[in-house]
Amino acid sequence: MGLPLGTATVVLVVLLWELARPTFKRTLTRLHLLWREHQRGRIPAGYDPGRERRAEQRARALLRSCVSERDWAMYSDLGFLHVWGGLGDHGRGSGAAYAYLIYPHKPIVAYMPQTGELLNEYCVAFPDLTKPYGSSRLPDSDDVLAKWMALTADERRLVGEANMHLPGRQVDPDRVRRDIARLRRWEQQLAREPIQPGGGSGSDGLDPDNIRAA
Amino acid sequence: MRLLRMKPGHGEIVLAEGDVEVPEQEQELIEAFRRELDAGMWAAVPTATPGGRREAELVKSFDEVPRDAERVIFFPRAAGGAPPAAR
Repeated sequence: MGLPLGTATVVLVVLLWELARPTFKRTLTRLHLLWREHQRGRIPAGYDPGRERRAEQRARALLRSCVSERDWAMYSDLGFLHVWGGLGDHGRGSGAAYAYLIYPHKPIVAYMPQTGELLNEYCVAFPDLTKPYGSSRLPDSDDVLAKWMALTADERRLVGEANMHLPGRQVDPDRVRRDIARLRRWEQQLAREPIQPGGGSGSDGLDPDNIRAA
Repeated sequence: MRLLRMKPGHGEIVLAEGDVEVPEQEQELIEAFRRELDAGMWAAVPTATPGGRREAELVKSFDEVPRDAERVIFFPRAAGGAPPAAR
């Protein structure tokens, strides 16, 4: 009686171990990576996910209060903002020769709307050197708003402060092309179903996954 | 008028609030404005054109802020993000 029971127990333990081993290894690897990131200082010591989330909610509310309803719907749905370039012959507006895509904490990408050709990446950040919670990094939507304000207010100055690179340095060009295609589809959809005042284009703008995807 | 500042880990904070038509309150706004500029911040005033287009205006002194502006937003000055590519 004891031998079969013992054997069954051993087999059960081995089976359970085999089932749990992949998860166990993944968890160990993740913890190891987190520890290494922490050691490198990429994760601030005082990092608090809840506080960051609340900060991002405030930042989204501020962004929403500054941009048009159309731009807010675009950001909520697509995870980036589109701004027409203002330094060309035609000035800022839908007739401009070039435009920008503004992503959170990624370079601003300049492209030609007529052809979809990517022009440049403008790497720019707004580091708060006081690091109030151990980090100089603004919430995602504050970063987007800072770029938007600087670009619409003084495009030449912002571009002058940025490091300019060819497309593909930091943002995958294929992804930008997909985003441009998404933007075109989104605009076509918007032409069929205009935004209702105080509403959005089917989104209440609280989908952070769209922002993360950008 | 409200002076707001973007802050990592927090979102915006209210630095000062007051009526520019009241001298004492205007003075408080001016002092808070100068403190932020001295700390190296950029100041922007969100605006709307008569056509409804939303934009912003960067201001370098309190005198440049429209008297009817509801808020001024301070944010850290821009800095080149990634280092230039190696040649």
